[in-house]
Amino acid sequence: MGHLTQGHLPRRRVIGVATLSVIQAQNVTMMFGGLRAVSNVDLHIDEGEIVALIGPNGAGKTTFFNLMTGIYKATEGSVTFNGRELGGRKPHEVCQMGIARTFQNIRLFANMTTLENVMVGRHSRSTAGPLKAVLRTPGFKREEQHTVDEALKQLRFVDLVGQANEVAKNLPYGDQRRLEIARALATEPKLILLDEPAAGMNPQESRELTKLIGRIRDSGVTVLLIEHDMKVVMDIADRIYVLDFGELIAEGKPAEIQRNPKVVEAYLGKGAEAMLASAQGGTDG
Amino acid sequence: MATDMTRSRSVKRPAVPPRKLALWIVLALALIIVPVTLQAAAGLGFLVRILVIVGIWVLLALGLNIVVGYAGLLDLGYIAFYAMGGYAGMLVGQAVSGRLGGATFWVVLIPAALAGTLTGLVLGFPVLKLRGDYLAIVTLGFGEIVRICLNNDLLGLSNGATGLPRGVEQVVPPWPANWLADNVRFPTPIGEFAFGTNLFWYFVVLMLIIGAIVMIRRLDNSRLGRAWVAMRENEVAAAACGINIRTQKLWAFALGAMSGGIAGVTFAYVQQFISPESFTFMESVFVVCVVVLGGMGSIPGVIVGALLIRGVPDLIQGLMVAGVIQLSGDATSMITGYRFLVFGLLMVIMMAVRPQGIIPSKRRALELHPEDDRTLAEEDMQLWDTSHRDISPDDV
Ligand SMILES: Nc1ncnc2c1ncn2[C@@H]1O[C@H](COP(=O)(O)OP(=O)(O)O)[C@@H](O)[C@H]1O
Ligand SMILES: [Mg+2]
Repeated sequence: MGHLTQGHLPRRRVIGVATLSVIQAQNVTMMFGGLRAVSNVDLHIDEGEIVALIGPNGAGKTTFFNLMTGIYKATEGSVTFNGRELGGRKPHEVCQMGIARTFQNIRLFANMTTLENVMVGRHSRSTAGPLKAVLRTPGFKREEQHTVDEALKQLRFVDLVGQANEVAKNLPYGDQRRLEIARALATEPKLILLDEPAAGMNPQESRELTKLIGRIRDSGVTVLLIEHDMKVVMDIADRIYVLDFGELIAEGKPAEIQRNPKVVEAYLGKGAEAMLASAQGGTDG
Repeated sequence: MATDMTRSRSVKRPAVPPRKLALWIVLALALIIVPVTLQAAAGLGFLVRILVIVGIWVLLALGLNIVVGYAGLLDLGYIAFYAMGGYAGMLVGQAVSGRLGGATFWVVLIPAALAGTLTGLVLGFPVLKLRGDYLAIVTLGFGEIVRICLNNDLLGLSNGATGLPRGVEQVVPPWPANWLADNVRFPTPIGEFAFGTNLFWYFVVLMLIIGAIVMIRRLDNSRLGRAWVAMRENEVAAAACGINIRTQKLWAFALGAMSGGIAGVTFAYVQQFISPESFTFMESVFVVCVVVLGGMGSIPGVIVGALLIRGVPDLIQGLMVAGVIQLSGDATSMITGYRFLVFGLLMVIMMAVRPQGIIPSKRRALELHPEDDRTLAEEDMQLWDTSHRDISPDDV
C-alpha cells in the first residue's frame, strides 16, 4: 500500500514566507437551535493535499461540508476558498467557483442514465440556453458533443464507461458512489469534498477507491475527505483533522493521529481502538 | 475502443426506422384527411370546431406540461397566462387591425407570447423559492387575481365582464381564411366541401402544436432539459452540480407561460371575442387534470388528456345540439352538472391505479415506482428548513 502515498507529499505553494491555502476556515461555528454542531473550527487545506476529516457519528463533519458548499450559512466565523469568502454563497455559486462534492446519502439523479448524470455535472461548464437549443445552432451541437465527450472522459476515469447507458438507480452501490465522484469531477473542480465515499463498499472496492482518490489528486484536484474506513484514511491522507462534538480535537499526519490519546478516547466504546490499529498495516507497509 | 464509444454516442440523430416512418406518414395523413372529411360531410362540421378547441387545449396543456411535467412545479393559476395572452393579443390586435388587416392575428402572436412570458416572469420571480404546496396556493391566488382584475376593468383596458372587442368593433379574420372560404369549395359524394373558418383554424392550431412539440422536444434534449430533470430528481444534488435552481425554474415558468399566451390569443381569435368567464379557477384545474391524467412530462399523454377532458364533453354537447343524441332537458342538465363529479372520480381512480398517467413519459414511469427513499426525503426537508431559515414564518 505504501506505494500509493509515496511521492505525494503535500505540495504547498509558497509565496514569500506565507503558504497559500486553498481552504482557510477561521473560528467556524454552526448552531442548530441550542446544538453546537460545529464549534470554533480552524483549519486549512493546501493545494494538492489530501486531507481527511474524521470523527465519530454526529461530530459535525457533514455539517462542515454543508457550510462550505452553501447549504448552510455559518453562525460565526468564515471559510475562504483561494481567498474568497464562501459564507453566504449559493450552492451553485460554490460549484462554479471550483468546489465539487459528493453526499453521505448518495444523491444521484436516480432515473437518469449514468452518462446523463455526469452530463449534468457539466452544467456550469457549458452555456447553451433555450434559444440555441430550440434552433439547434452549430454552436449548440458542438457544445453538446463536447459535453458528451467530457462526461465519457470522467466515466472512463472512474471505470464506469461500460455502464454509461444504465439507469443510475440500477447500478450496484459501489458504482453509484463512483458515479457521484465522476459527476463531481465533471464540474472541473479545484477542490473536491468526498463525504464517506467508502461507505458500503467491500474491501476490494475500498482499495480501488483509495487508488482513485490518489489519481484525483494527481490530476491536480485538492481533496477533502470524510471517511470512517480508517484503512482508506491512513493509506491516502496527507493530513487528518479530527472532530468530536463539533470541536477539533487533533490535527496531524496519519501516524501522529493514530498515536493521539484524545483521538483514541473519542473513538472509545465504538471498538475504534482496534479500528485505528487495524489500519496500521496500511501505513507501515 | 474508447474512441469507438465516443463516436457511437455522438449527438447526431439516428436514422428513422421504416416502420416508424410509415406510422408517421399515416398519422400525418389522418390529421389532414379526417377534418377535411368531417368538414365535407353534411352536419358534421361542428366536429371540426371541437377539434379546434381541443387543439387549443393541447397547446395550453403542452405549456403547463413544461412547468408541471418537466420542472416539477405545481401551478394552479396557469390560466392567468392564457388570459394575459388572449387579452394582450386582442388589445394590440384591435389597435392595429385597421392598418394590418388579415395580418393582424399573425402579428399579435408576438405580443401575446410576450405578455404570457412577462406574466410568467413577474409571478415566477418572487414565488419560485416557495416549497411545492405553497407555490400551488400562491399561483392559485394569482390566477384569481388576474381574473378579478379583468372582470373589474382595473386598468380600463379589459372592458370588464363584457370583454373584448368593445361594442361595434369587429375582429378581422386572419389571412387567408376568407380567401379559402370563398375560393375552395367543391362537391363530394358526402356533401359539398367548403374550406370554412373552422377548418382554417384547425390547420393553424395544428401548426402551432407541431411548433410547440418541436420546441419542447429540443428543450428537453438539451442542457436546460437535463437541468430540469436533475432538479426534479434531487434539488440539492442539482445545485451542487452548479445548476441555479431559481433560473431553471424561471425558464420553465416563462416558457410555459409563453405557450399559454399563444394558446390564449388563438382562443380569442377563434372565438372572435374574449371575456373573463373563460379564465376561472376551474379552467386552471382542468388544464392540470389534462396533464396529470394524460401523463406528466409526456407529449402524447397530454394530447390524449386534452382529447378526453375537453373533447369528450364538447362532443356530447355537440351531438346533443346537432340532434344526434336526443335527451330531455333534465338529462341534459344532469350531464352538465355531473361532469365535474365524473372528472373528480376519474382523477381519484387514476391516481390510485395509474398515477403515471394514461401515456406516461418513460422517465416519469420510472419515477413513480419508487423504492421511496424516506431518509433522503427527511434529510431534504431538514436541509431546506435550515437553509431557508431567513424566510421561515416562525422568524417573522
Ligand atoms: N439541518 C439540521 N438541523 C438540526 N440539526 C442538525 C442538522 N444537520 C445536522 N444536525 C445535527 O448536527 C450534528 C452533526 O451532524 P453531522 O454533521 O451530520 O455529523 P457527522 O457527519 O459528523 O456524522 C448532529 O447532532 C445532527 O443531528
Ligand atoms: Mg456525516
